[in-house]
Amino acid sequence: MKFITVSGPPSSGKTSVILKTIDALASRELKTGVVKFDCLTTDDDKLYEKKGIPVKKGLSGALCPDHFFVSNVEECVRWGKDKGLDILISESAGLCNRCSPHIKDITAVCVIDNLSGVNTPKKIGPMLKSADIVIITKGDIVSQAEREVFASRVKIANPAATIMNVNGITGQGAYELSRLFISGDEIETLKGRMLRFSMPSALCSYCLGERRIGDSYQMGNVRKMDMEE
Amino acid sequence: MKKAADRKFSEQTYMTDFFESFGLKIENMAITPAEYISSVPEEKLEDLGIEPETFFISLEAFVADFESMMSDKGMNVESLTIVGGQDKSGNPENVKLTINKGDIICIVGPTGSGKSRLLADIEWLADGDTPTGRRILINGEKPDLSIRYSPEHKLVAQLSQNMNFVMDLTAEEFVMMHAESRLVENPAEKTALIIEQANMLAGEQFKPDTPVTSLSGGQSRALMIADTAFLSKSPVVLVDEIENAGIDRKKALELLVKEEKLVLMATHDPILALMGSKRIVIKNGGIHEIIETSSEERGSLEALRKLDEKLLTMRNILRTGGRLNNIDDTII
Repeated sequence: MKFITVSGPPSSGKTSVILKTIDALASRELKTGVVKFDCLTTDDDKLYEKKGIPVKKGLSGALCPDHFFVSNVEECVRWGKDKGLDILISESAGLCNRCSPHIKDITAVCVIDNLSGVNTPKKIGPMLKSADIVIITKGDIVSQAEREVFASRVKIANPAATIMNVNGITGQGAYELSRLFISGDEIETLKGRMLRFSMPSALCSYCLGERRIGDSYQMGNVRKMDMEE
Repeated sequence: MKKAADRKFSEQTYMTDFFESFGLKIENMAITPAEYISSVPEEKLEDLGIEPETFFISLEAFVADFESMMSDKGMNVESLTIVGGQDKSGNPENVKLTINKGDIICIVGPTGSGKSRLLADIEWLADGDTPTGRRILINGEKPDLSIRYSPEHKLVAQLSQNMNFVMDLTAEEFVMMHAESRLVENPAEKTALIIEQANMLAGEQFKPDTPVTSLSGGQSRALMIADTAFLSKSPVVLVDEIENAGIDRKKALELLVKEEKLVLMATHDPILALMGSKRIVIKNGGIHEIIETSSEERGSLEALRKLDEKLLTMRNILRTGGRLNNIDDTII
């Protein structure tokens, strides 16, 4: 089975791109499944189910979503293998822009959209900067010039990536993306693999449920802003 | 040649853009990236999402890209050939259509007939490996497929119907930003030219300091057509219907062709369709027929233009608060 991590800011078009790409994979008789990671709620699993795509949903709730991802991803891979999938895609929203679910030697995809503004590529951390493939969506609603400027800004932030425009509505580009999905390595397990980047340390009293504000309640790894002029 | 990481910033000033995209501002240009990164505390690098090993790999890729962009004159595309595959039912297309620089080819066919697949085949240089089985040749030969996923060698620029701007910039700043991202030699001069040309296409004039978000539909379209003609590196332009909203469509097409673009235009507008030398008719996902615009059809173009002018006159009457009384067959 091949495993692919797809991440990107909320509403960037991850699910639409994945759905269109799975159509292209299905036309080549490849069986693809999805694990959808989210925080609070998601109905995206229904979209996959409606198309007969095997799907698992994981909601992190009160936990850090990326910690939740990495604690569960190995089991997800096992699930995918049990289902007899050729390809398993994990879909997750990079919520704090500091994290990245990408794993070394596993095809890593980041989805961002043209509407998010030209400075966005700068603001997204390893999720964008360490991806192998960057998909830019919503190109049909901005001008050609903006598409070119946006793509060049992405290229500055991640010069080594393959950058592609994919239209999640018409599917333009999805067939070509599916070709890149197939080119990844076969894996048996993720055990012992490395994340491409460390996750934020989470060790202060608020991590453990503290709600009161003030110095005397702050314990552990606390960092203060510099308030000097 | 030394690695980019070991060459001073002053020898490669453009590198600061890359560092800025990671939130690092370079002030001392006399040092090298390797020296700079080793001077940043590990904790700060971690905060910024930087891992030196992968950072330097990206940096080398950035410099290699930049240098190849500077020396790259763009793809020399004299012609593009579509070699037919099959339609959705597997019927062969039996087509070999060559489009030359300066040609205008129209694409007609109902929604969902396969126009966007044709575009995608061109854009991705299909090599018998897409659902249609088509192949695309450049200058009569199979192109190097490594350029497929390279944004610098993007073959097709697409002028879509939707012309929204999301950037909050003036027309001048907007074009300038595009020119800078393309590394053109004299961005200010290029920008002035584009705005001047756009104003020649648009019915109503706009100024360099007009915000792009307040341009009218026709003005934005005119600006984008001029921008694509002069700034887009892509040799093929796909135009998705130029509506008749206050823009000189004939001049717009002439501008693109004059800048040596190959123009493919999806349109059902009779005037535009007859301006092309050929029409590709798409049916059931395949190229059904290629119709050459005959001299008889070109003859009809005159009559259509007159009709169009009349309609335009009536539009202007409405625009200025006039009344459209007694319009009958004789006027049309």
